[in-house]
Amino acid sequence: MAEIVQDFQALPERERLQLLLEFSQGLRPLPAEFEGHLEKMERVDECQSPVFINVEVDADRAVHLHVSAPAEAPTTRGFAGVLQEGLDGLPAQEVLELPADVCHRLGLERAVSPLRMRGMTGMLARVKRQVRVATAA
Amino acid sequence: MSTPLDTDAKLSTYAHPEKLVTTQWLAQHLGEPGLVVVECDEDVLLWDTGHVPGSVKVDWHTELNDEVTRDYVDGEGFARLMSAKGISREDTVVLYGDKNNWWAAYALWVFTLFGHPDVRLLDGGRAKWIAEGRQISTDAPQRPATDYPVVERQDAAIRAFKEDVLAHVAAGDGRLVDVRSPQEYSGERTHMPDYPEEGTVRGGHIPGADSVPWARAAAEDGTFKSREELEAIYSGEKGLSPDDDVIAYCRIGERSSHTWFVLSQLLGFGKVRNYDGSWTEWGNAVRVPIVKGTEKGSLR
Repeated sequence: MAEIVQDFQALPERERLQLLLEFSQGLRPLPAEFEGHLEKMERVDECQSPVFINVEVDADRAVHLHVSAPAEAPTTRGFAGVLQEGLDGLPAQEVLELPADVCHRLGLERAVSPLRMRGMTGMLARVKRQVRVATAA
Repeated sequence: MSTPLDTDAKLSTYAHPEKLVTTQWLAQHLGEPGLVVVECDEDVLLWDTGHVPGSVKVDWHTELNDEVTRDYVDGEGFARLMSAKGISREDTVVLYGDKNNWWAAYALWVFTLFGHPDVRLLDGGRAKWIAEGRQISTDAPQRPATDYPVVERQDAAIRAFKEDVLAHVAAGDGRLVDVRSPQEYSGERTHMPDYPEEGTVRGGHIPGADSVPWARAAAEDGTFKSREELEAIYSGEKGLSPDDDVIAYCRIGERSSHTWFVLSQLLGFGKVRNYDGSWTEWGNAVRVPIVKGTEKGSLR
């Protein structure tokens, strides 16, 4: 995640949006068990589009994130893509310890507005909650 | 030289048919000199994923607003923006966008503040264009900079400020249209369903405002409903008359731009203002009255 933050920070503002677009295009398709079964996922109400997440913590306690976000909401898909790539395979404990303002460190507030950044922060908060539930047992 | 008008039968029933074009008209006229297509979306990356070929992107948030004053750009700022986008004062501008043209209607309203002579909305917006399988492109158009004149913004006719709304409410003879969802109107929520709750201190509506959610003006495919259907809602059901002094508002002024367009351009109401401060200002302002619940209420 820290590397992704550095990548964004290294770019001028206009190019940060381009990078976000690339993350949006890189969002992985849903695994078969969730395709067409959004009811098995958690809705992220903080996002301005219908976004659903599911967090898997594997036997090695590594985190994997699945996200459904519509193609006509590339900004939201971009946030999801950043989180998916940034968190994938991280130990659960590291995900829980991510600073709450990590989304704001991407430096996108001016370009995409604070309201939209709240959507991404909401997504991360829900990811952490699911990790907490999955690791509590 | 102005681009020909769309003579589509449905459009011809509206008060100002010259303010709309159909997707078919746009497909026929695309690329003609003197016509500039502008996409204005809520999602800032949407244009980059594919757009009407040759269209330029205008970002309402970073380009139409002044960064520090919570106001629109001034005449010089607008001239700079238009020049950079390659739009001249003589060009026909056709606006379209996502979310039923909310932001496109908002941009059209801002263009109107500067009196741009010929600005039109694509009926049905981005969604209809794509649903019809029409051409889209990811190429960024190369438009040479223009020499757009500095025109002073004229707010009075179509824009209302908080003080205007207060006077309007106190006088009691003007009409107010709240275009937000019923839940926002009653105060149950401070943002539309499915959106995060906003940091507005109070939920409710402006005293005396009628609730007409913006979406009631839109058909399934995102186009505007027929003139007859629109009249049944605004005049029949709510008793609004074309002579009324009407102010429309929502949360930040984008959904109410859509309703402003319906009342002023499609139904031909003579005096319609958009209160762009809307609920984010009214709901937080000190010593400003609100009404909670589903009754209109009034100050009188």
